[in-house]
Amino acid sequence: MSDILAIVDHRRGELREVSYELVTAGRELADETGGDLHLAVISGTVEAFAEKLDREGVDAVHTVDHGEEFNHDVYAQTVTQLYDELAPEYVLAANSVNGLDYAPAVAAELDLPIVTDVVDLAVDGESLVATREMYGGKVETTTELDANSAIVTIREGEWPAAEGTGDAAIEAFDAEIDEDAIGSTVTGFEEVAAGDVDITEADVLVSIGRGIEEEENLDIVRDLADALGATLSSSRPIVDAGWLPASRQVGQSGKVVTPDVYIAIGISGAVQHVAGMKGSDTIVAINTDPNAPIMDIADYAIVDDLFDVVPALAEEFQ
Amino acid sequence: MKVLVTVKEVATVEDEFEIDGTAIDERYLGADLNEWDDYAIEEAVQLSEDGVVDEVVTVTIGPEDCEQTIRQALAKGADRAIRVWDDTLEGVDLLDVDAKTAILEAVVEEEAPDLVLSGVQSGDDSWGATGVSLAESIDFQWAAVVNDLDHDLGDVASVRRELEGGVEELTDVELPAVLTIQTGINEPRYASLRGIRMAQRKELATKTLADLGVDESAVEGAVRLTDMYEPESETDVTVWEGGAEETAGELAELLRDKGVVA
Ligand SMILES: Cc1cc2nc3c(=O)[nH]c(=O)nc-3n(C[C@H](O)[C@H](O)[C@H](O)COP(=O)(O)OP(=O)(O)OC[C@H]3O[C@@H](n4cnc5c(N)ncnc54)[C@H](O)[C@@H]3O)c2cc1C
Repeated sequence: MSDILAIVDHRRGELREVSYELVTAGRELADETGGDLHLAVISGTVEAFAEKLDREGVDAVHTVDHGEEFNHDVYAQTVTQLYDELAPEYVLAANSVNGLDYAPAVAAELDLPIVTDVVDLAVDGESLVATREMYGGKVETTTELDANSAIVTIREGEWPAAEGTGDAAIEAFDAEIDEDAIGSTVTGFEEVAAGDVDITEADVLVSIGRGIEEEENLDIVRDLADALGATLSSSRPIVDAGWLPASRQVGQSGKVVTPDVYIAIGISGAVQHVAGMKGSDTIVAINTDPNAPIMDIADYAIVDDLFDVVPALAEEFQ
Repeated sequence: MKVLVTVKEVATVEDEFEIDGTAIDERYLGADLNEWDDYAIEEAVQLSEDGVVDEVVTVTIGPEDCEQTIRQALAKGADRAIRVWDDTLEGVDLLDVDAKTAILEAVVEEEAPDLVLSGVQSGDDSWGATGVSLAESIDFQWAAVVNDLDHDLGDVASVRRELEGGVEELTDVELPAVLTIQTGINEPRYASLRGIRMAQRKELATKTLADLGVDESAVEGAVRLTDMYEPESETDVTVWEGGAEETAGELAELLRDKGVVA
């Protein structure tokens, strides 16, 4: 048992980028375990997906033609059956919202350990060594497994997307889906966060996070944004609190922005936030914590109290 | 209808800290109610206020110290609480998903709730997997990352799952179910003074693994924490030094250079 099985992610007719990252991570792992890399693509236009997934290093793509969209019961049943059939050593999935909706169930069903949100993987002798973060990215940890098989979900954006074309065997996998065991039905999708302004169009974003503490304090950032002719955006807690509309949220579940200048004020730089702004040209952080993860991607930083710095900066332009 | 809410006390870390072996040195740690669980508690309490639910019970895996956090949940309106802990757990470095599942499974067996609400993840170890793992183990249905729940609960819970990129999925889930609750689903209340007073009188039962019939080996888990370190920063960030005026001046100059402002 030393093969790797990676389950790809897609939504509304498109493979998600993490699917190609899974190929890279899976190939690396398969090289270390000396096994083959199997992919599985479940639901949707599986044949078309399989062709796209046939990239360098993929040994086999198993297609499971069942329904258009993700349904966690179908995924959980299928992955369990694929595991029984292929006996892979490790099963990789995306640490996406959908990944987290079926991978833990597969682990529980198969009585396998699960390690989530992994940013790096290696095999040390017989043991899988996974690197993950704790405390919102303040520390990194390594974990080792006392098991010879496991489910691992990988963080999006940590591995390069696989390229090239391969000569994988593309095979339909005949999963037996117990329809009676399907306990949830997807009834639709909705785009949210349409709204007042389009922050993805802005050249300059003044972005505020939980460091602002109170709704009233938002005024000082508004003043700054006005003075700069910039657009106001925010991290999630500001939107959760109802202080700004969802259309202003930058991040994994919000908008992906690529302004010339992104000023992150009182934002720690959690991975889900960074996912939405790391493509900004110049990133400036204003934060009291010199070790906040945002510092890792900032070009410039002011390690100081925003309540001192922001008014002083607005002053410069008034 | 009975709701069980998983409530965790998470460790918070000061800006500057030191690592001692595979843990952050205790001197730099604080404690708080897990952010995501706060929303789960609020959702359960609102269900109860809407008359949909008769009882809200919380379950926490943690030492006596976290009773303060549990009282917070009770002060916000949960009816009673269960805390699971014993010497075996004391010795475990990292409670992995399997271990938590085994314990919570035993509690669900005793309590027989119709609905379990848990946070999407915890702010410290952020596995993000315990709710769904539990659902499978207790043969409940489930939905992960729920940011809306229709309180018209019959045999089905109508929820929204928050996917990436501003897309929400509308899903009907048969009950009994486990829902993992995302921040923003509601506005968690602050505990009122009256709530805090009342919380002191609410039942907070403590249980050991033996009480729950959980085998000690079940909580050892297969995932071992072997190292903890501060991430090596690959950044070449330019940190401006000086007082607010000076640093704001530096930033102003950059913004002028970039043509943001004239
Ligand atoms: C499934 C999922 C999806 C998510 N999607 C998103 C998303 O789309 N967007 C998003 O942003 N988050 C998202 N999150 C949440 C994310 O994990 C973080 O919780 C969030 O980004 C934290 O926001 P923050 O940085 O504003 O707050 P915190 O992490 O609390 O950081 C506040 C920062 O302010 C600093 N600070 C405090 N006071 C001051 C002061 N006076 N002056 C200067 N600095 C100060 C602190 O040092 C700290 O660094 C998601 C989470 C999950 C689980």
